[in-house]
Amino acid sequence: MMYRRYRMPTMWQEMERLQREMNRLFNTVYPTRYEIAPSFPAVNLWVNEGGLIVTSEVPGIKPENIDINVVNEMLTISGERPAEQIDSEARYHRQERGCGKFARSIQLPFAVDANKVEATFRDGVLQISLPRKEEDKPKKIKVVAK
Amino acid sequence: MTDSEKVLDADKQEVTLEEGTELTRDRRTFLPRTDIYETKDALVLVMDIPGANKDDIDITLEKNVLTVHALVEPHAPEGYALALQEYEVGDYQRSFRLSNEINQDKIEANYSNGVLRLTLPKAEAAKAKKISISTK
Repeated sequence: MMYRRYRMPTMWQEMERLQREMNRLFNTVYPTRYEIAPSFPAVNLWVNEGGLIVTSEVPGIKPENIDINVVNEMLTISGERPAEQIDSEARYHRQERGCGKFARSIQLPFAVDANKVEATFRDGVLQISLPRKEEDKPKKIKVVAK
Repeated sequence: MTDSEKVLDADKQEVTLEEGTELTRDRRTFLPRTDIYETKDALVLVMDIPGANKDDIDITLEKNVLTVHALVEPHAPEGYALALQEYEVGDYQRSFRLSNEINQDKIEANYSNGVLRLTLPKAEAAKAKKISISTK
């Protein structure tokens, strides 16, 4: 009579393996799917030859409570979202919105002219326009045919 | 500050649809982060809906189900290419079933700095009545 020498994998081991396999598969097809959550606030960065535009969703933060600093190629956005003021008798059913101080720095792809940085705020969306430094702009080189 | 307060989080959660249904707009739809608290005479909802236009927020209350639907137009700066994307722009939608009876005529909605604030006053009948116990 023959005995099986190896242990049969349990159902859970098999499920785990399958899950890992599926995660790996999805990550190759759609890399953003399992990315860790960005730190607050999340930013989108737009670029062209003349400069950069940074947009960020910062709902519930007054524009005067947002600080924007540019040092060389580093942009820092910081501020605070105050906690909701509710009277002592009120009670929460659900609390999903965060509050507190935040700060984050973003490495820019090139040096920007700090004097020409402009920021606008509308409906909880911050938009910062950062023009590229004049001396840093790429030079066009003409090809001369001989 | 208490320990129960949440920290700021930039993660956006997408709306899950019932099986067999689709959204009419070909766009991602997110669940707005919401605080709900109850005061003596009202229920207050505070929702993060950044980027919406005041006129594009639709609030309906039907059969005790409150639905907020906000359309958000993506703003792509002209002549620029997206180099880094940490968040996606999309619509917002969320429904809540309200347990208290609400005075539907006196609902107040206010939208500022990307935050929608709904004050739903309780109907007279739903207000808690205090009953005093008398001793004989």
